[in-house]
Amino acid sequence: MVFFLIPFLFAFKISLAESVIAIPPFSALLSEDGAHHWVLHATWASYRYLFTDPVYAVSYLYSIKTAFGCTVGCLLLGYPAAYGMARAPKPLQPILVLILMLPFWTSFLLRVYALEDLIRDSGLLNLLLLKLGLIHSPLHLLRTPTGVFIGIVYSYLPFMVLPLYATLEKLDRSVLEAAADLGAKPWQVFWDVTVPLSMPGIIAGSLLVFIPAIGEYVIPDLMGGPSTPMIGKVLWTEFFENHNWPTASAVAVCLLTVVLIPLLLKRLGSVRA
Amino acid sequence: MPNRPSTLSAYCLVVAFLYLPMLVLIANSFNSSSLNGTYGHLTLDWYTALINDHQILKATSLSLRLAAASASFALLLGTLAAIALVRFERFKGRTLLAGMINAPLVMPDILTGITQLLLFVSMLKLFGGPSRGAFTLWLSHTTFCTAYVAVTVRARLSDVDLSIEEAAMDCGARPAQAFIDTTLRIIAPALLSAWLLSFTLSLDDLVISSFVTGPRATTLPMVIYSKVKLGVSPEINALATVIFTVMGVGILLFSRWMHKTRARLT
Repeated sequence: MVFFLIPFLFAFKISLAESVIAIPPFSALLSEDGAHHWVLHATWASYRYLFTDPVYAVSYLYSIKTAFGCTVGCLLLGYPAAYGMARAPKPLQPILVLILMLPFWTSFLLRVYALEDLIRDSGLLNLLLLKLGLIHSPLHLLRTPTGVFIGIVYSYLPFMVLPLYATLEKLDRSVLEAAADLGAKPWQVFWDVTVPLSMPGIIAGSLLVFIPAIGEYVIPDLMGGPSTPMIGKVLWTEFFENHNWPTASAVAVCLLTVVLIPLLLKRLGSVRA
Repeated sequence: MPNRPSTLSAYCLVVAFLYLPMLVLIANSFNSSSLNGTYGHLTLDWYTALINDHQILKATSLSLRLAAASASFALLLGTLAAIALVRFERFKGRTLLAGMINAPLVMPDILTGITQLLLFVSMLKLFGGPSRGAFTLWLSHTTFCTAYVAVTVRARLSDVDLSIEEAAMDCGARPAQAFIDTTLRIIAPALLSAWLLSFTLSLDDLVISSFVTGPRATTLPMVIYSKVKLGVSPEINALATVIFTVMGVGILLFSRWMHKTRARLT
């Protein structure tokens, strides 16, 4: 009973907290102090504001577009890698997983910084390309959408590879052999058998990349610029620089709904299956 | 279906992509020129500067203590939540608990940060405390770490054969005793890795901390971030090298130990 009650109470506390704080008007209605009127009115005004100022719509769309692009990028890069890992000799596999996950265990912030350092205009990448004569003027990657794309793919790649590897590794090879025996060409086996069977991994990996990428703040702030209006950055600016808490909260609530859609779709999909 | 060498080459490409920036940064930390792209002689000056940087040392000490405290409390809460989810098939709010446990794993940090800040602000209004600072940092780090602990422990716990515990009880052990002597021992490696994961996540968090902290509590990532925002900082290169090395070696040793323990158990 003790094991049942304590976590339940704590979760109940956290759940209450999260639902109260995620929607500011509700918490304002419950409180009886002086801030009551201010929060209530300001919040609805902020929602109207969100719809009238195009900056917000542009940022939401841009964030979704970027997150989608990065998810596809991670998938294209991560699938072959996960496939290779799953095909490697069994004793080698834990070592391959370890090598892949090791950077993830160090520091996300410092890794982004390292990448920024490498691809900046005067960074080693441009230096090498210039020396090799492949380019004549430095590539401008920082402060561009490409920079943010590279940054997010770099940071979130392990989250894509790991779930993919987990499903590909469990794949029953006799099914693949059966398909080959029945006359399927190697690429047919891959598209008609391997890919559909690894769908759970693809979905899990994509959600793990897509959802955090929408709200990403650090990467667009360090590697992006005015041409990359990510919503996380907009929220941060609204909160820390404009000190407009009601608008920031309204942005957060809208972001939460955007984030919940793919999760609900997944839930619906798994219920149907 | 591509053959073996070409499939592993994709893996190698990914690994090279992941490691290259870190290796370049490590090399740069020994470079005497503080200008990016120019190369002087080998030096340890940046490390000396690092040791004498009072601000960084203070922030490091806070971050380490915070990470240890958050990871420990999260280990307790997360394990209890995992036990509730695995051992009790149905209870009121099970779906809610499962959802709440999983939510922080995918939620963008910025949402967790702003919602927790609003919670602390309204708590301050209603109860007069806690004021923002090290304590609120600890509360919110514990919250997101609990989620990671619960998921890690839950996965291991659902593999544990309940009959071992029942056998211990048949031999006369009381339920708590039986649990500690059998199941807890079996899941101990998972508990340790959950703690370690929480520790690293807490040590690395920037976004949530920036929201919930007060003026006097500055964590290491916040210091790093403010320095990095200003451009290339050779001192941060040195700090990054230290963190990459310590964490890297730590995780390698840990996984070797895990491998040995697992080999002994099976």
